[in-house]
Amino acid sequence: MSEDPFVSLLGTTAILFEAPGETTLDTQRRIWALAREAAAWPEVGEAVPGMNNLMVTFAMPPRDWAPTAERLRQAWAAVEPLPLDGRCIELPVVYGGEGGPHMADVVAHTGLCPEEVAEIHAAPTYPVFALGSHPGYCYLGGMDPRIATPRRKTPVLSIPGGAVSIGGSQTGVSASAGPSGWNTIGSTDMVFFDVGRTPPTLLQPGDSIRFRIMRVLR
Amino acid sequence: MTGAAMIEILTPGALATVQDLGRLGALGWGVGVSGAMDGMALAAGNILLGNEEGAAAIEVPVFPFRLRFEGAAGFAVTGANATLSLNGRRLLPWWALRAEAGDSLEIGPPEPASWRASRAYLCVAGGLAVASVLRSRSTQLRGAFGGHDGRPLREGDRLPLGTLSAAGHRADCGLVPPALALPLEVDGIPAVRALPAAEHYRFTDASLDAFWSEPWKVTPQSDRYGFRLAGPTIVPRAPMELRSHGIVPGVVQVPHGGQPIVQMRDAQPSGGYPKIATVIEADLWRLGQAPIGSRIRFLRTSWEAAVQALEQNRDWLAEARRLMDLRRMQERAA
Repeated sequence: MSEDPFVSLLGTTAILFEAPGETTLDTQRRIWALAREAAAWPEVGEAVPGMNNLMVTFAMPPRDWAPTAERLRQAWAAVEPLPLDGRCIELPVVYGGEGGPHMADVVAHTGLCPEEVAEIHAAPTYPVFALGSHPGYCYLGGMDPRIATPRRKTPVLSIPGGAVSIGGSQTGVSASAGPSGWNTIGSTDMVFFDVGRTPPTLLQPGDSIRFRIMRVLR
Repeated sequence: MTGAAMIEILTPGALATVQDLGRLGALGWGVGVSGAMDGMALAAGNILLGNEEGAAAIEVPVFPFRLRFEGAAGFAVTGANATLSLNGRRLLPWWALRAEAGDSLEIGPPEPASWRASRAYLCVAGGLAVASVLRSRSTQLRGAFGGHDGRPLREGDRLPLGTLSAAGHRADCGLVPPALALPLEVDGIPAVRALPAAEHYRFTDASLDAFWSEPWKVTPQSDRYGFRLAGPTIVPRAPMELRSHGIVPGVVQVPHGGQPIVQMRDAQPSGGYPKIATVIEADLWRLGQAPIGSRIRFLRTSWEAAVQALEQNRDWLAEARRLMDLRRMQERAA
C-alpha cells in the first residue's frame, strides 16, 4: 500500500478522493467509513461513495480547498473498514436478444460466446458498492474481469429500465430509462426506486445482488 | 382566504419543466440535482416578485409557450429576451408584471438582443406550489418525480400558485440581466471559466491546447442532461477506463470519440468517462443559456477566482434584492 490516494477538484462544487490499488470490497468498506466520517464535517454538504472513491460536495466552497483534501488523506490513513452486511436479492435475467443489444460487442471484445458471457456474469454474488448514475441505480463489485468490455465510444441516448450492462470492469442494472455509455447484455424486471418509500431506494451499499439466467437469446 | 390561484398551460412548447434551484442531499440515492439551467435568471425573477430566491418557476426552452392566469397574479419572465404578450399587449422581460384573472400570456421566441440566451423563466408571485419531493420542487426527469408529475408540461396542465408573504409586494420595475451586468467573452465568443479535473494532464499537449484555445460548438444533441460539443478531437496520451465516481454539473467529460460533453443540471450524479475540466459553479448559468449551434470558449481559472466569481453572483443578487426592497418601500410610502 505504498501508492497514495489521488485527490482532485470537481470545479468549486466538490472534491474527488480516489483510493489507490485494485477495486476491492475491503477498500470499499474503508470508503464507506470515510464517507460516514466526512459527512459530519462542517464544510461538507454530502459524502457520496463511488467505486473505491468518494466525492464530497462543499456546503459552501471554502477560501482554500487544500485543508479539506488533507483532512481526507489523514482520515483515510486512520480509518477502519466499515463492514456493512445487508440483504441479498435475486434478479432473473434474459441475456442477449432485443433486451441485450450490445451482447454482440461484448462477445466481439472478449472472444467468448453469449452463453459463456451469461454464465460468467451470473456466477458471482455482487455486493452493492455504491448508488449513483440515476435514482436507485447500484454499482456492483466483483465482476469477473474475463467479461470486462470498454464503455461505448459514444453514449447511447436511451436504454430501458432493467437493462443489465457492462462498462469497463463493472456491471449494473439500470433502474429507469435514460442515456448510458455501457454495453447492455440483458434485461430484468425490478423496481429499484420508489419516491414514496423511506428510503426511496430498494438497495443500500452493503446489500448484494445475484443474477439468475432465465434464457440466453442469440 | 380563497383557494389556491392556478395557471393553465395552453401551449406547452416542448420540454418546459418546473424547476427551482435544485435538489441537494439525495446524491447518495443516485438522484441528481436538477434545477434551473440558468439559476441566476430564476433567482432574479423571484427577487423581482419578492419571493424566496429558490421559489419554483417554469423553465421554457422552446417557444411559443402560452398559459392562462385563472386568478390575478404577479409574474416576471427572465432569462432569454423573450417576446411577451399579455392578451396581445407587448410587455418587457426582466420586469415585475401583473396579470388579471382570465389573462393569457404568450412567451414568444427571443428577439435579437445584446445578450444571447435560449431559455426563459416564468416566475410567479408566491412561486409554483407544486409538492416538494426529496426537498425540492425541481422536475427529476430520469426518476419521473418532482415538478409537475415528474414530467415536462402538457396542454391543459394546471399548476397552483403559492401565497405571497406580506413582505412581497409588486414593484413596478425591472432588472438589467446579469448577462449584461456580468459579461464574459474571449475574442468575441461567450466564455465560461473552468478548472482542470482529475484526468486533465492525461490528454495530449495538443489536445489541451485545443481545449483551452479553440471555440466549441453546442451541437443539437444538447439538452438538460448535457451539452455535446463539437470541435477538435481531444486525445488521451493512453486509453483510460476509470472506476465510476461522483460527478457534478459542469464536469467536462471526454468519451472515447474525443468530443467533449459538459454535464448539465439533469446530469447523472456519477460517471466514468475521463474528465478534462469542470466549468465552475459560478458560470453554469452562462453555459445553460448557450443556444444550440452557438459557440463557446473555455477560460482556465484558479480556485480563488472561481470562489470570487460565486461571491460576485451572490453580490449581484443581493444588490438586486436591495433595490427591489427599496422600490417596494417607496411604493408603499407613495
